[in-house]
Amino acid sequence: MRRKDVPQDQGLFGEWKEVSYAVDDDGRYILVQSAGWEPANIANHIAWESIEAEVGEVLAKVRAGKLSPLAYHMARHQMDPVLLAGYADLFRWQVRRHMKPAAFRRISSALAERYAAIFRITPGELMKVPECDPPAGTR
Amino acid sequence: MIPSFPHRQSAHCESGVAANLLTHHGLPLSEAMAFGIGSGLFFAYFPFVRINHLPLTTFRSAPGRIIRQVAKRLGVHVTFRTFRDEANGMAELDRLLAEGVPVGAQTGVYWLPYFPPALRFHFNAHNLVVFGKEGDAYRISDPVIGEPVLCGADDLKRARFARGPLAPKGKLFFLKNVPKTVDPVPAIREAIRDVCRLMTRIPIPLIGVRGMRYLAAQVESWPSRLGERRALLYLGNVIRMQEEVGTGGGGFRFIYAAFLQEAAAVLDERRLLDFSQRMTAIGDHWRDFAVAGARLCKGRPGGNDDFPALARIVRECADAEHGFFRELDSLIRNVGRHADRR
Repeated sequence: MRRKDVPQDQGLFGEWKEVSYAVDDDGRYILVQSAGWEPANIANHIAWESIEAEVGEVLAKVRAGKLSPLAYHMARHQMDPVLLAGYADLFRWQVRRHMKPAAFRRISSALAERYAAIFRITPGELMKVPECDPPAGTR
Repeated sequence: MIPSFPHRQSAHCESGVAANLLTHHGLPLSEAMAFGIGSGLFFAYFPFVRINHLPLTTFRSAPGRIIRQVAKRLGVHVTFRTFRDEANGMAELDRLLAEGVPVGAQTGVYWLPYFPPALRFHFNAHNLVVFGKEGDAYRISDPVIGEPVLCGADDLKRARFARGPLAPKGKLFFLKNVPKTVDPVPAIREAIRDVCRLMTRIPIPLIGVRGMRYLAAQVESWPSRLGERRALLYLGNVIRMQEEVGTGGGGFRFIYAAFLQEAAAVLDERRLLDFSQRMTAIGDHWRDFAVAGARLCKGRPGGNDDFPALARIVRECADAEHGFFRELDSLIRNVGRHADRR
């Protein structure tokens, strides 16, 4: 890649720039800041779209009473039951159980606080889903 | 706070941390040199290892290997420490900082507040250097960020004790007994030969150029096996591993080309300059793959963009790298023989 070809396609990074390696006019390698590259931006975008789609599906199920709000907070944080169980020091079957609305309503207040601390919300917020869902990647 | 930590923004976190730490301890080293001596270049495709339900594709060696290899080959001692208890892990960091030691740390990126939000995935093998504490915040040299940043203690603790695959368990590392001078020649030779071996002579069809050919065959079969939607997700994932932040572009091939250029001067071997140019061309061809793949993902394929065409580019890269590493290996062997005779 030549210095003049270093892409400056601003995508999802905002002000931030990465450095990439490019060759200057004398053939020497130099480090050049880059605002992003369209193909990489597209690939990143696909990853976020997939996360968004997952969150949307889970949210619909929570509103339909098929999943507990825990499933929403988990998906919002790109977690699956295995990862959340790791953070909460629980077995994964316990987290799976708490994804069911009835079981989740009965969890102890200590456990609610533990889950809430992981997501950095209050136990009150943990027990419900927000009215409108903020888009990921902008938090 | 350690007054003058030589923060330099880098393309890749691990080689950046290695280079900055060694430079701090009196062995000035570029990121590309650290990447090369740490033999960071690699390729593997592991369909049975899933990251976020997608098969693992990597263009670099396993996390932690660069730092270990650089240290070993330059005769520097690195101490690694992991912690069960989070409070202990933070106390140990404070103790080392009080002694004036800049400390490397493995972290997850998800909880790092200064990280660009679009890159905050649960990726746990990120490396950074902590070199000061100001009140309840730590002064951090994160090699992929332009300037040193401040990070709150609670955020850093979360990042150091992130859970999930490659969980860092609070891992800290610092250098000891850094020699005043080192002879880089044997280190460079050994490192280049190591990469040549890994890329061409590992008899497992998932590693090195064999792995690339395997990936090519997989790419061709994705649309019929997975359906359009998942095939594009898989494809997007390969492009991210190749081009997203931390790669220097072209699946680390450009950093490696920069290393070969520096190595040509150190070994006084002009032929390595030709190899550097060839590696640049290989990196450019990997970028052709990303361009065509991204067009396909966007649903705007050009004339020949479909999965078989993408597979063809990967095969061409495999062929080019196969020839490249075999010839590089024999060149470095001969350079070695001359050096021994002197």
